[in-house]
Amino acid sequence: MSDLKISNLHKHYGSFHAVKGIDLEVPSGEFTVLVGPSGCGKSTLLRTIAGLEDSSSGTVEIAGRDVTWARPRDRDIAMVFQNYALYPYLNVKDNIAFGLRARKFAEAEVEKRVSRAAGMLGIGHLLKRFPRELSGGQRQRVAIGRAIVRDAVLYLFDEPLSNLDAQLRDDMRVEIKRLHQELGRTMVYVTHDQIEAMTLADRIVLLRDGLIEQQGSPLDLFERPKTRFVAGFLGSPKMNFIPATATETGVALNDGTRLDMPGRSGMKTGQAVVLGLRPQYIAMAGQSLAKGHARVPVTIELVQPTGSRVQATMPLGGASIIAELAAHDVSRPGERTEIDIDMTRAVIIDPKSEQVI
Amino acid sequence: MSATRRSPGMRLAFRYLAAALITVVFVFPVYWLFIISFKTPDEIFAFPPVWYPKSLQLANYHVLFKDGDAATVGNSLILASVSTFFAMILGTIAAYSLVRFKTGGENLAVWIISQRMMPPVAIVFPLFLAYVFIGWVDSYVGLIVLYTAFSLPYVIWMMRGYIEDIPLELEESALVDGCSRWEVLWKVVFPMARAGLFATAVFTFVFAWNEFLFALVLTRTEVTTYTVQVTHYFGGQSNFWAKIAAMSVLGTIPVFFTVAVMQRFLVRGISMGAVKG
Ligand SMILES: Nc1ncnc2c1ncn2[C@@H]1O[C@H](COP(=O)(O)OP(=O)(O)OP(=O)(O)O)[C@@H](O)[C@H]1O
Ligand SMILES: [Mg+2]
Repeated sequence: MSDLKISNLHKHYGSFHAVKGIDLEVPSGEFTVLVGPSGCGKSTLLRTIAGLEDSSSGTVEIAGRDVTWARPRDRDIAMVFQNYALYPYLNVKDNIAFGLRARKFAEAEVEKRVSRAAGMLGIGHLLKRFPRELSGGQRQRVAIGRAIVRDAVLYLFDEPLSNLDAQLRDDMRVEIKRLHQELGRTMVYVTHDQIEAMTLADRIVLLRDGLIEQQGSPLDLFERPKTRFVAGFLGSPKMNFIPATATETGVALNDGTRLDMPGRSGMKTGQAVVLGLRPQYIAMAGQSLAKGHARVPVTIELVQPTGSRVQATMPLGGASIIAELAAHDVSRPGERTEIDIDMTRAVIIDPKSEQVI
Repeated sequence: MSATRRSPGMRLAFRYLAAALITVVFVFPVYWLFIISFKTPDEIFAFPPVWYPKSLQLANYHVLFKDGDAATVGNSLILASVSTFFAMILGTIAAYSLVRFKTGGENLAVWIISQRMMPPVAIVFPLFLAYVFIGWVDSYVGLIVLYTAFSLPYVIWMMRGYIEDIPLELEESALVDGCSRWEVLWKVVFPMARAGLFATAVFTFVFAWNEFLFALVLTRTEVTTYTVQVTHYFGGQSNFWAKIAAMSVLGTIPVFFTVAVMQRFLVRGISMGAVKG
């Protein structure tokens, strides 16, 4: 059964068309991440699911019930907001208990649930404090606690980690993932951060300009993007795009470098294409050339160490590309060397339609 | 080092002197009012003036309570509190609607505050006739309705500013968590705007407390307010200074305590508004 079903949803803000016809079904227990660039309509979509915005047309069903026109409180949802939305005049315990009390739970039950949620989030010792006496990470935990004390069908998160610093964001990401595994609830999570999307999601829904560009498992979108936009959006560092021409056996770059592609299909020989290469699938030339790989000489221009890996910038076929190499492989810029490109992982894009061939 | 520069000790002494002078100028009239209310008639008219009476005799107050004049303070208290209560409730709800639902667009709010510009004296006569017609002259309900109506524009205007400052997420979170709009108002908006609410209420209360014109025209004997009562002591031949002073003291005390109790909120509420501009 699906806990959330959206059909042909549109949202207009005056003359501005923010959501342009979305169909989405979220199965029970799944962690779905809505991701996309700023302004693509993620928050609008989430807020329409929550009932904080009215839909202009289309329907929203939660747990099999049409709630398109239901008030937020009648939708059986819980939501975590970007700025925590804690009540400054209530202490942590009362903040967490707010939703339960609003729904007239018995005080004994409130007590039990609050301490359980606080225990899960490791904030049991903070219950007497007020929000202003908490750190950003603790506030975020309280905000999450307030959502999870309730037995909602659907849990919504709108960029809950975007106000935290990088270290804390990593910790909280783990926490949220763990909570999802423990609770097994259906969650819809909005972020513009593709790393959050990749690590958290059972399924990613990538939005662009109010439409779903592609949806699927993180690996699916990473390995089999349908458009140049998807290919470029997911993955860090970003995928390299190099203009090329199709040949009988693969592609030829603008400087004449020929790269063979096993299983090449869909291209017409002589057609202009864009070759997409992930930095992760480029390596320093090894002892022997693996099957389906192509070996090219390059000059390293720039080296950015990231710890265990190194991001090396180099010119290739008239474009500047980034390769993610092992740290000990390169030492300094200016080095002339050879790289192996895994052509089985390469994507070929039609530059006109921007679709992956 | 310039020769005109004073030593730090001198400067401090000078400041204290200035502060003392200013305090005397401001406090003296109040002191004088209080002290007259405790004087005997002889002391009041004595020359040179009696700066402080030998004994604090309460005869002046005694008369006010015996004749029932003091009850007018009670009338003022009822009128001011009840009208403040209603004005705050209605005004806050109206302000919420203006802010969150954009009721009446941009212009309604400006129109509402513009009602504040109307000189009361311009409508007091038609109002009197209307009140005679519906039998509201000299009644609590008449003045309460009037004071509430007159305070509303101010309350709406002030509360609008305070409500605009409440983060929308707090209300949305409450809506999702199971509150209706009314519960949001009660559980989120009121506590969030508490300082502003109290500050506005104090000013509304003081306005109704000091109101004179409507009270003079629209009351007779039943709900005379203390402001009107005080004027009764200014006679053609002589003024009853002792009664004027004692009555004024009785009229000052409730406001004094209101402001004292609310001081914390007053300062915060007013400065909150100030930051917003
Ligand atoms: N209340 C509103 N009135 C008019 N336009 C709005 C309103 N809210 C959002 N929009 C517009 O709708 C579009 C989508 O906004 P939305 O907030 O959903 O973006 P988002 O994907 O959440 O972006 P971000 O990652 O920056 O939060 C934006 O172009 C925004 O300007
Ligand atoms: Mg957003």
